[in-house]
Amino acid sequence: MAPGFYTIYWRDMIRYFRFKTLLFSSLLQPAIWLAFFGIAMAANFDQLYTKIPVPAGVVQVGYLTFMGAGVIAMTTLFTSLFSGIVILFDKNWGLMREILASPLRRENIIAGLGLSGVTKSIIQAIIIMGFGMLIGVGFFPGFTPLHVLVSFFGILAFVSVFAIGFIFLSAAIAVSMESPEGLQGVITLLTMPIFFASNALYPTAGFPEVLRIIASWNPLTYLINGIRYYAIGDRFVSLGAEYTFTGMDIAVSFLALVLFTTLMFLLALWRFRKAVVT
Amino acid sequence: MTAGTIEVRDLRHAYGDFVAVDGLSFSVREGEIFSFLGPNGAGKSTAINLLITLLTIQSGSAVIAGYDVAREPARVRESIGIVFQEETLDRDMTAWETLEFHGMLYNLDREARRKRIDELLALVQLEAKRDTLTKHLSGGMKRRLEIARGLMTRPKVLFLDEPTIGLDPQTRMRMWDYIRRVNREGTTIFLTTHYMDEADQLSDRISIIDHGKIIATGTPWELKNTLGKDLLYFETSDNPKAIAILREFPTVRNINEKKNGFIAMVSEDGTHLLPGMMERLIGEKIDVATVNMKKPSMDDVFLHYTGKEIRDEETGKRVISNIRPGGR
Repeated sequence: MAPGFYTIYWRDMIRYFRFKTLLFSSLLQPAIWLAFFGIAMAANFDQLYTKIPVPAGVVQVGYLTFMGAGVIAMTTLFTSLFSGIVILFDKNWGLMREILASPLRRENIIAGLGLSGVTKSIIQAIIIMGFGMLIGVGFFPGFTPLHVLVSFFGILAFVSVFAIGFIFLSAAIAVSMESPEGLQGVITLLTMPIFFASNALYPTAGFPEVLRIIASWNPLTYLINGIRYYAIGDRFVSLGAEYTFTGMDIAVSFLALVLFTTLMFLLALWRFRKAVVT
Repeated sequence: MTAGTIEVRDLRHAYGDFVAVDGLSFSVREGEIFSFLGPNGAGKSTAINLLITLLTIQSGSAVIAGYDVAREPARVRESIGIVFQEETLDRDMTAWETLEFHGMLYNLDREARRKRIDELLALVQLEAKRDTLTKHLSGGMKRRLEIARGLMTRPKVLFLDEPTIGLDPQTRMRMWDYIRRVNREGTTIFLTTHYMDEADQLSDRISIIDHGKIIATGTPWELKNTLGKDLLYFETSDNPKAIAILREFPTVRNINEKKNGFIAMVSEDGTHLLPGMMERLIGEKIDVATVNMKKPSMDDVFLHYTGKEIRDEETGKRVISNIRPGGR
């Protein structure tokens, strides 16, 4: 017999693959970021920064490669945060009443939603990686096939944990709200600081103090560090800033994300247990 | 006395200061169609939401199919089917997927699900719409699909909250047929409605509910009979005087003046009383403009129990306490 969360997952996947336009545009959007913003910025930055000498033995990484990791993270963030909207629609005009009146445990609703969000994020991450490398993102430089494989799964692990955390956050907000417009507003308000106070598009080293503190607590920063470690390496220079990651740094980043996701799960569970839909 | 399929005692529910359900007690027998008839805002939906575990019981108790709603909500959920008042469908899923999803929610195994879906699509005559997205179904088809969904788990009780709201008259009649068919197959049905004809046509027993309270319970026939056999209406030149005269005739009850200027009353045998009444009124120099006599309909019963002018009267209350035949 299928586990309870599978029911929620099954239905969400039906919807995901049914809306071809939505599916296509959600996959195309990050590619467009890379192709336009990425290439345009890289053309400027690389002129400036490749002239600065690099310490011996450290790799200089082009901007497109640097922000490639940021685009994977950004896409995961946006997709996950906006995933809650379906819950609100379900609550107001859809199946939430049926689901809440069924014997399905609330944990299973949240788990099913999380799993379907992760599936979507993984598909997106893979497509961004593939497309990015086609247009010149230099991921996995000089890696052995085994190293590439390990790195690939490393990236997906980071993406998954992060995605679940933000799906739970989004679900918790969505189930507590009444109007889609309000939800859209709250989520847009959240995405801005999370995205810009991170190292997605630029190094945080030059940030003012306050912004740097925010960035150092930002889950998105942890995700991006993880992706860069696996995609680029443990020591490189980009935009004039030097990055060094030890295995310990990455383990701590991962655990921080696990902790964040756990907290978000509890938050979502609390909100769903409170939820009354009549 | 054997316990009914639904046993409710002193159910109360308030939203802040507003008491939506005010001490409901009733019993639904196995295999019957039982209706809550009441105006909008009478507390019907709150009552049903309490029974189907979507709202938490604040006070009182409810037992459905032997399970306590407050203590064993999961068991109750497995024993009931629900058709919500609002359309609760995913517009972008097919009829088949809608039922499959429901079966999965309730943990039916794959074989049982598939078999049951075929049976139910046949029962509600939607076989041809199996792979149609629900957004392309008509209002009546959507309702039928929701009824089929409510029956997926072979529930002991099917709850129908305003099942024909917003449907055209023909579709409503067809829907009643489906509901009767489901009932004949052994499912106890609890429905709420504000349509008198629906309650009258479908129900084995009706509770009239208003302001969160049950005002009367009985079979449609019993309820209509409490109004007496005949309803008489007079329009006269001097209503107060006419009322004083007519009140003295045998078997006349509940005589009063309606807002629209008619005198209304009930009596046991209008056909024999009317000539004498006319003679007396004319003798007293009262002009009678119109006379009307009819058998009570469910509308009259409803107006009788929920209409302000009647409910406030002593006589009205006495009548109410007399019936409650299946009373507890």
